[in-house]
Amino acid sequence: MPLIPMDAKPILTIKDMSIVFSSPDEADIEAVRQVDLTLSPGKTLALVGESGCGKSVTARSVLRLLDRNARIQRGSMLFAPGDEPPTDIAKLKADSLPLRAIRGREISMIFQEPMTSLSPVHTIGDQIDEMLILHERLKPKQARERTVALFDQVGIPGARERADSYPFQLSGGLRQRAMIAMALACAPKVLIADEPTTALDVTTQAQILDLLRQLQADFGMAMLFITHDLGVVAEIADEVAVMYLGDVVEQGSVFDVFAAPSHPYTQALMSSIPKMARKADRVRLSPIKGTVPAPRDRPEGCAFTSRCPHAFEPCATVRPERTALGNGHHARCHLLTRQPAEVVA
Amino acid sequence: MLGFIIRRLIAMLLTLVAVSIVAFAIIQLPPGDYLTSYIAQLSSTGDQVDPRVIENLRVQYGLGEPFYIQYWKWITGIVQGNFGQSFEWKRPVWELIWGRLGNSIMVEGLAVIVMWVIAVPIGIYVAVRKYSLGDYLATVAGFIGLAVPNFFFALILMYLAYIWFGTTMGGLFSPQFETARWSLPRIWDFLAHAWAPVLVLATAGTAELIRILRANLLDELQKPYVTTARAKGLPEWKVILKYPVRLALNPLISTIGWLLPALVSGSVIVSVVMNLPTAGPMLLRSLTTQDMYLAGAIILLLSVLTVIGTVISDILLALIDPRIRYGSK
Repeated sequence: MPLIPMDAKPILTIKDMSIVFSSPDEADIEAVRQVDLTLSPGKTLALVGESGCGKSVTARSVLRLLDRNARIQRGSMLFAPGDEPPTDIAKLKADSLPLRAIRGREISMIFQEPMTSLSPVHTIGDQIDEMLILHERLKPKQARERTVALFDQVGIPGARERADSYPFQLSGGLRQRAMIAMALACAPKVLIADEPTTALDVTTQAQILDLLRQLQADFGMAMLFITHDLGVVAEIADEVAVMYLGDVVEQGSVFDVFAAPSHPYTQALMSSIPKMARKADRVRLSPIKGTVPAPRDRPEGCAFTSRCPHAFEPCATVRPERTALGNGHHARCHLLTRQPAEVVA
Repeated sequence: MLGFIIRRLIAMLLTLVAVSIVAFAIIQLPPGDYLTSYIAQLSSTGDQVDPRVIENLRVQYGLGEPFYIQYWKWITGIVQGNFGQSFEWKRPVWELIWGRLGNSIMVEGLAVIVMWVIAVPIGIYVAVRKYSLGDYLATVAGFIGLAVPNFFFALILMYLAYIWFGTTMGGLFSPQFETARWSLPRIWDFLAHAWAPVLVLATAGTAELIRILRANLLDELQKPYVTTARAKGLPEWKVILKYPVRLALNPLISTIGWLLPALVSGSVIVSVVMNLPTAGPMLLRSLTTQDMYLAGAIILLLSVLTVIGTVISDILLALIDPRIRYGSK
């Protein structure tokens, strides 16, 4: 296992990014408003949030895989492998050579649905060989050897024969393993996993998580893990970032965030996890009040204002600053910087 | 794969038997037979017809016999390569049709190729650049191509050729090549004549193909595997050609089978207008004169071509789509 110093400099830094979707019939929608994330080599950052909060959009934007109607309006994504000056991915053109050199080789991605994310009419071996031929300029035969070795590594039995099968001939778990082999083919420095276990059953899910953890130890890549499952976060992540309606409201180490959630949304999430307890000690789960507003109804200030039990005067109008809480733990909440009037009084 | 092909071939033979029965039934459908229309023709010109001669002819051709006996005589003859005698031309049917059918296959085959060569790149372009200027232009041009009847387009083309170049367009060969053997100059002469009918025949089909391909490809472009391919770092053109286009072509390939008969029946009027020696006008004429063996042979051969085309497109589909290849075990 490659040794990674604790204070390793981040390999990918997303700063104050905003992504806007435009459509000819409606006003623009700012699906991602304020995202700050840092990824370090050998570490896993879990990005959690409910459906539609912009976590997948954020993940896809790192490889610039968003549709034509989406644009990165503000912010930067600094990718800094090794000692070279960092590249700002947000500034690259979507089909440009520098970006294509990063896609698949430096940063790669695993998708949620391995069935539909693999082409049904090409063998899985062919779909992986292709990457090695493209990025490492291998001959087809050498590429196939590497693919077979990768299959062994991700635990696909009968690797050589499996490389010639089509996605529909494999089980869901094997398909996701093939997908992982594809993502790791060129030993990328960053792996983005967009809900890789959501479509799998629970036992397979656990196997895939184990595999990802072990491969991270072998390859030493940074991992951005998108999920809505806090149990999965606890299992795989070193750090966690919580997203709500386009804003990253809190980022910190898993221990800090789980032990001392600092944003009211994170606190609410934590108290909505069912806990095992003796009958006498059982408490009712406390759901978060209200529903997520549509992005166009989002208040100018903190997005959580409409549902926050602690909301006070500046919340609806002023966007909270990113406040450092020590040990790399950050949160965006006015409660951390000023005291509500009632409390002071 | 071999089992798949064998099963398809057996199914094809059974279909052909059914088709031959239907074809024979169709040519028997109109009331009367060739002799009644022959008599009508003769008496309209004032000739007297000896009923005994008619009776002899009827016995000779077996026209009074029940349907299944006539069919049996006809089909056993065909299996031995004897398509019967044309009443009207007084010549063996085979001699009459083989040249015409060959012309049909050549002209309409070329039309199919032209259709694909034009439609596939345009279809890909308009799907990838949806709602662009090019998309709208192709859509407008496509709908005009669909809406204008082929024969009308042929007339316009002939008119323009006469006005601008002073040439009369029509036929497939110059007189000196009409009956000559195939040679380089004859091929050249054929192409010089054939481009116009090929273009005319291809217009409507091209427009249709572009619409189908555009719709299919728009569906496929949304699929997650396209994003996967982009995430690998492949150049955009390669992403599109290797993945979504390949899947979007599947439904088109399954149409190859019935393109041919659609073209043949659709080309009858164009062939009459442009004076093309193809099978279409001959079929039309033989049906009006109730020249049943000639009509039957043409209908049967067109059906055979359709069935063979379908089998070919099935096999092609199985070749390019493993889900069909392995799914039909």
